[in-house]
Amino acid sequence: MSPAPPSGEADLRSAGAPEPGPEDHVRGDGGQVVIEYGDYECPYCAKTDALLARLPIVRVFRHFPVPSKHPRARTLALAAEAAALQGRFWEMHDSLFGDQGHLDDPHLWQRARDLGLDLERFERDRRSPELEERVTRDFRSGVRAGVMSTPTLFVDGEAYAGVPAPELLARLGGGG
Amino acid sequence: MIDAGTPAPNFKLRDQDGEEVSLESLKGQTSVLVFYPLDFSPVCTDQLSIYQELVQDFDQRGVKLYGVSVDSSFCHKAFQEKLGLSIPLLADFEPKGEVARAFGVYNDEYGCSQRALVMIDPGGVVKWAYCSPSALEIPGANLIFDALEPSAA
Repeated sequence: MSPAPPSGEADLRSAGAPEPGPEDHVRGDGGQVVIEYGDYECPYCAKTDALLARLPIVRVFRHFPVPSKHPRARTLALAAEAAALQGRFWEMHDSLFGDQGHLDDPHLWQRARDLGLDLERFERDRRSPELEERVTRDFRSGVRAGVMSTPTLFVDGEAYAGVPAPELLARLGGGG
Repeated sequence: MIDAGTPAPNFKLRDQDGEEVSLESLKGQTSVLVFYPLDFSPVCTDQLSIYQELVQDFDQRGVKLYGVSVDSSFCHKAFQEKLGLSIPLLADFEPKGEVARAFGVYNDEYGCSQRALVMIDPGGVVKWAYCSPSALEIPGANLIFDALEPSAA
């Protein structure tokens, strides 16, 4: 057994990417499970997301925002989580990856309106410490699994960094 | 690459602001030297950005990270500002790569450092060292936490 880390510190030692759980965002209902660690401001993540959308797989999305590289990344992850509290996570997810040129606050309000969200609640939620914690938890699970760039996919416990290669897509049931 | 358990070689480098950082000045704290090939190359950008997101976690454990590459202080300054890094960047500039050579992580073929992590304990002894098999493989931050808190398993 490993000793627990000193209190107040998150354990960041190596660990495999966690199996999908009840708190994860999951869609698709058959085929291989693909866990994606991604950042809404990352163009390679948007490309990867579009490629995965065509496959008969179960998709799990986890946040891996890197604000020093993408200043809006964390804000956008929080916006998706705020939409999730109103049952519209994947709609916001698709909206953000669908247009990475409009990511300022007024654009987020417009997106929220378009999805029929309660805007006041959306604004409150996306600044809440609970959602900060939620996003940080995803990020940390990625760090422990050795994620060092976005996107990174996990299939059967194996990590694949970058836009998935044709071989991987074929293995997941694409282009067949 | 230098072995764990050996005293770290003496060095004295300037950071992005021209301040001197030496083995002597690191005494009393656990430090990690993050050797990387070059400023502004895309892979390094990811590496240091992700370490930056974890600075608080390193602080909590009393660990300080220092980037080291053959770039000059001025180049480091621009790179640090571009990425919004608080991690100091040390210029292994003249003689070029001397410190990377002293730690055994210089790549003569490419004229820059390999991607390597060296943890130095408060007494100046190398506690742990890791070198990436290739410049494209970025050592995960998890490896640093593993070295700090070895599992008893």
